[in-house]
Amino acid sequence: MAERLLSVENLKVSFFTAGGENQAVRGVSFHIDAGETVGIVGESGSGKSVTAKALMALTPPPGKMVAGDIKFRGESVSRLSDKDWRKIRGNQIAMVFQDPMTALNPVQKIGKQMVEVIRRHRGLNQTAALSEAIEMLRQVGITEPERRVNQYPHEFSGGMRQRVMIAMALSCQPELLIADEPTTALDVTIQAQILELLGRLKERSNTSIALITHDLGVVAQVCTRVIVMYGGMVMEEGTVEDIFYRPKHPYTKGLLRSLPKRESGFKERLVPIEGTPPNLLDPPPGCPFMERCPHAMETCAALPKVTEVSPSHRYMCWLAEGAEEARVQ
Amino acid sequence: MSEHNELLVDVRNLKKHFTKGRDVWGRTTDVLKAVDGVSFQIKRGETFGLVGESGSGKSTVGRCLLRLYDYTSGEVHYDGHDLSALGERELKPYRRRIQSIFQDPYSSLNPGMNVLELIGEPMDIHGLQRGEERKEFVASLLERVGLKREHLYRFPHEFSGGQRQRISIARALSVRPDFVVCDEPISALDVSVQAQVINMLEDLQSEFGLTYLFIAHDLSMVRHISDRIGVMYGGRLVEVAPSDELYDNPLHPYTKALLSSIPVPDPHVVSERVEWVREPGSVIPDLREVSPGHFVAME
Ligand SMILES: Nc1ncnc2c1ncn2[C@@H]1O[C@H](COP(=O)(O)OP(=O)(O)OP(=O)(O)O)[C@@H](O)[C@H]1O
Ligand SMILES: Nc1ncnc2c1ncn2[C@@H]1O[C@H](COP(=O)(O)OP(=O)(O)O)[C@@H](O)[C@H]1O
Ligand code: SF4
Ligand SMILES: [Mg+2]
Ligand SMILES: [Mg+2]
Repeated sequence: MAERLLSVENLKVSFFTAGGENQAVRGVSFHIDAGETVGIVGESGSGKSVTAKALMALTPPPGKMVAGDIKFRGESVSRLSDKDWRKIRGNQIAMVFQDPMTALNPVQKIGKQMVEVIRRHRGLNQTAALSEAIEMLRQVGITEPERRVNQYPHEFSGGMRQRVMIAMALSCQPELLIADEPTTALDVTIQAQILELLGRLKERSNTSIALITHDLGVVAQVCTRVIVMYGGMVMEEGTVEDIFYRPKHPYTKGLLRSLPKRESGFKERLVPIEGTPPNLLDPPPGCPFMERCPHAMETCAALPKVTEVSPSHRYMCWLAEGAEEARVQ
Repeated sequence: MSEHNELLVDVRNLKKHFTKGRDVWGRTTDVLKAVDGVSFQIKRGETFGLVGESGSGKSTVGRCLLRLYDYTSGEVHYDGHDLSALGERELKPYRRRIQSIFQDPYSSLNPGMNVLELIGEPMDIHGLQRGEERKEFVASLLERVGLKREHLYRFPHEFSGGQRQRISIARALSVRPDFVVCDEPISALDVSVQAQVINMLEDLQSEFGLTYLFIAHDLSMVRHISDRIGVMYGGRLVEVAPSDELYDNPLHPYTKALLSSIPVPDPHVVSERVEWVREPGSVIPDLREVSPGHFVAME
């Protein structure tokens, strides 16, 4: 059995805004083992980024973790002081954000920023840290890194900045890397390079990755396990094979069905999921997917139970009870 | 699909250069060749897809077709008329016939206008129906794009991204265009909602006989919606072919690199990725027809 690196139990995060309590994450549980690449997928607003930030104790105000427990290597970290968190962040858990510009200092040279981070986390001297920075930039596919370290963030394209962020995160050799949509804003060719880079990283180290994305292609290509979120909850969880070949939840099935087919010759009509995601200011008490689900029935007005299909595969839907399935299919 | 034979848009050697630097006398010292000699044709009723890396000039081509930019050189013929030769007054009817939908459904709608005003705005510009008659027309258009009559007096912030994109589409269609430039209309939308919007664009196309230029990053959606596709690189077209032909038989190394980068949503399909880097200083030659309808820019 692989070592349990992270476990999240019944995580709830709300934003207390003028309009009311926005229940962004409403009871999420999952785990990540050493060496795994876990994909977290779902529509925008489903709570992926809020979950990721909560894992790093970086929930911005007016947000608050209102319930739950997060364990890292078996130790609860939910109630650690800021000082203790600073030791974990970067060293053991590192994060790459959706928008790389906000995370880089615009008036400091790239090399200087990287050297600072590397020295802080790895205790290397200036010269060693600089050559490490150059080496990491080379590894993320930045050409002429010796010259590039003397440039400022605005002299890098969006894709290059994102690679710098990844290089910085990796240079600290974290045990868990949380990457929030690291390639969403990039061209597919550059996305492919970064995904390959993450793949190579797995071959050389035991770093676990939590990869947040809404691109099912990315998930299929790089993840070992998948968590499907909707309306602030986990709808389904399983290995990539479970999710892509044996999806159980109507939302997961809907997502997969909405992708265009790859065969040529004829044009098949796309099959969207009708409707729009729920409003989390006043979320429905039952299944979050109820309004859009083609199988919705009366029972769905109550929160469904979680059903285990196999030790790796579980989903949250009343259809698992079996009774109605015959009728709706 | 029906045969598309009648030529609607004919772009001939289009160039759009931006000035990057000037010397102390105000003379141009540095130009950015955003679009540097692009030619293609779109037939009536057809969807022409445009793909390529960020900064390759796709949106600039779209903006030139809309005459949001004056081009540096080249010609755009629309329904037999050379638009490049027309002044603003003569252009006005074409500004009605050629409409656009942009990527960002958040910033492209004025937040202070309600739906009726938003959709009515282009109708005002072109002096179309007013009053009750307009209200009825807009309400029917809303229903046509999957929204409701109740939404007439709501404001953009009350809608989701997908719904806002429907409002943008209704706005573009309100003046009965025959050609719509769609610049990444689904990029900001969720996967499940993208399919809703694509289906709707297809339905509207067959109902109103629309012609589309469809600019996109998502290569699988582009293949789905387009009859033919052009691949741009560095301000030039490197390949143009019918959609299936382009995906099944790509010829230009950049097209191959692009297609092989698409992550396949199937864990057991591993695509062999090919890379391509253009030799510094090399010139991209003109397109040459290698088989019927398949053009490539290779020596
Ligand atoms: N108004 C402008 N002034 C100066 N340069 C511009 C202007 N508009 C575009 N450019 C430049 O022209 C080039 C092509 O830009 P364009 O927006 O057409 O690219 P694109 O293919 O649409 O890219 P993306 O996929 O990122 O939307 C880029 O280098 C861009 O920076
Ligand atoms: N700083 C914030 N203030 C208020 N609400 C927020 C904030 N950040 C996120 N939210 C809300 O939390 C919910 C989940 O957002 P998020 O986790 O960012 O979704 P995604 O799955 O797209 O990453 C959304 O309803 C969003 O509006
Ligand atoms: S619980 Fe009901 S509404 Fe929810 S996914 Fe299952 S069948 Fe659909
Ligand atoms: Mg997010
Ligand atoms: Mg663009």
